[in-house]
Amino acid sequence: MSLSPEKKWKALIVDDEELARHVIREFLQSHAEIEVAAECANGMEAVKAVAEHKPNLIFLDVQMPKLTGFDVLELIGTEMPVIFVTAYDEYAMRAFDVHAVDYLLKPIGRERFDAAVDRAKGRLGEKMSSAHELAAAARPPQQFLERLVVKDGTKVTLIPVAKLDYAEAQDDYVALASQGRKHLKQQTIAGLEAGLNPDCFVRIHRSYIVNLERVVRIEPYGKDSRLAILGDGTRLPVSRAGYARLKALLDERT
Amino acid sequence: MHPLLARNRLGLYLLGWLPLAAILVLLMSTGGALSWLESSVIAIPLCVVYAFICLSAWYTAKSAPIRRESALRLIGVHSLAAALVSYFWMGIGWVLVASLSKTSAFHGLDRRFSPQAPILFGAGYLLYSLSVASQYVILSLEASREAEARVLETSIQARDAELKALKAQINPHFLFNSLNSISALTSIDPSRARDMCVLLGDFLRLTLGLGEKASVRFSEELDLVQKYMAIEKVRFGERLKMQQTIQEECKPCLLPPLLLQPLVENAVKHGIAGLPEGGEIRLSAERQNGRLAILVENSWDPEAPPRRSGGMGLKNVERRLEARYGKDASMLVNAEGELFQVRLSLPAESEEKA
Repeated sequence: MSLSPEKKWKALIVDDEELARHVIREFLQSHAEIEVAAECANGMEAVKAVAEHKPNLIFLDVQMPKLTGFDVLELIGTEMPVIFVTAYDEYAMRAFDVHAVDYLLKPIGRERFDAAVDRAKGRLGEKMSSAHELAAAARPPQQFLERLVVKDGTKVTLIPVAKLDYAEAQDDYVALASQGRKHLKQQTIAGLEAGLNPDCFVRIHRSYIVNLERVVRIEPYGKDSRLAILGDGTRLPVSRAGYARLKALLDERT
Repeated sequence: MHPLLARNRLGLYLLGWLPLAAILVLLMSTGGALSWLESSVIAIPLCVVYAFICLSAWYTAKSAPIRRESALRLIGVHSLAAALVSYFWMGIGWVLVASLSKTSAFHGLDRRFSPQAPILFGAGYLLYSLSVASQYVILSLEASREAEARVLETSIQARDAELKALKAQINPHFLFNSLNSISALTSIDPSRARDMCVLLGDFLRLTLGLGEKASVRFSEELDLVQKYMAIEKVRFGERLKMQQTIQEECKPCLLPPLLLQPLVENAVKHGIAGLPEGGEIRLSAERQNGRLAILVENSWDPEAPPRRSGGMGLKNVERRLEARYGKDASMLVNAEGELFQVRLSLPAESEEKA
């Protein structure tokens, strides 16, 4: 992907503080080739604006209401250059360094800003490393996911982890079953498993993770496998290794 | 276990009994009925035995603490014990003498010992009483050492909590975000940028100044909250609103420094900052029946993304309340629906009394 010289770059500024957005807008004035397509005060607006404007560059604040910068990145994918902006977040900064994602620290200096913009232009079309990996690296150690974000069209749904019944692998996606509905999310089941508290969620099968709270009983099925029956009657296959994991966890609990 | 045995000081203790044994030998040999050798043969083994018997006084002393029992009862208990123990000791003396009398070297010892037996009883009574007294001395020494250690520990804890609170106070997030706001204002509105610099300077100075004091007036804490809110108001604009209901009588109350501002900061950081449309913080304080009641309420989003270092500010406040007032103060946190409440209750102390 390349841009003809006369065509302007579209940038998106996402920050919940008006003054913080102002600083970026002001610095962008000296980059005539870039125009600000939209400013967003929260992550939900950002997800919508990305779909609408298809920007070439996004300035993304990490800590915002409703959705964090990491959530937004998970939802919009990593096709376009993102420059994260943060005041102070030890773990996020470490994650940015590890995954070579560009970021700016508040208060933002002009030189650092220009360098980041130049680098982003050079990286056009280059894919960033996985949003999930980045988000996982930015999580403080010993902290698990508390909620999952999924996007259906431009509608964003937040699923608190406690309300997740089970997850099923479907090619490049996982289907998250929660309160009788299924939500598709672009993520591997192993990646999801890594973010969930292993005391509450078990990988019972190559393709299934179950919320332990939902399992009512386990029935034998065929020669070597079993079925886990959930509270709502759902039947999920349990492999031999999955059964061993499930049993170990249940024994631990009693 | 007895402290002497526990600390390997038994040898030293037995050494202390040597002069006592010598005195007993002297007492028994005066009057001429018993020779030096005879009184030594009787007194020295008896003293070794008695040294151990007297250790039992520690247990009676421990079961009858000097402060909890009446003097009469204490004297009664220990006199009875002394009489019983020395009578028993005299009995052992008789057994020893009787068996010695059977040997040719000490023939007729029992006859000669008979008039000296009351000396043994008297000495036993005195020694046991002495032992009880010294046990009480040991017990009180231990108690005072423990109390000292406790006081030291509490003061270290309080100091530690205070230092941590200070560090948490100048929260890096708050500082960097404020600086970023100032940076934005320099081109939009230079005079507001200057105001903000002054506000931030005042806030930092107040925080450092208050942190050094042991107690501050509630009004000073309010002042700090005012400054803090003025800074955050620049950052959050219309999203941040505050309402205060402060009873005038609360203002002279004394409390540990930096108790109030962290509660308000918590309400901003974990409450209002998580709401796209913002919300209101309500601060109220009243003084009633010698207690100071503080309530900080704010709207919040229970499903907001988890913030880092969540709740450290609140934990800090709780720890410091406990270090200062023990069970006399409380902090209640209540999150119901979209309302978050923190309630403090502490003794209302004012300067006149302190």
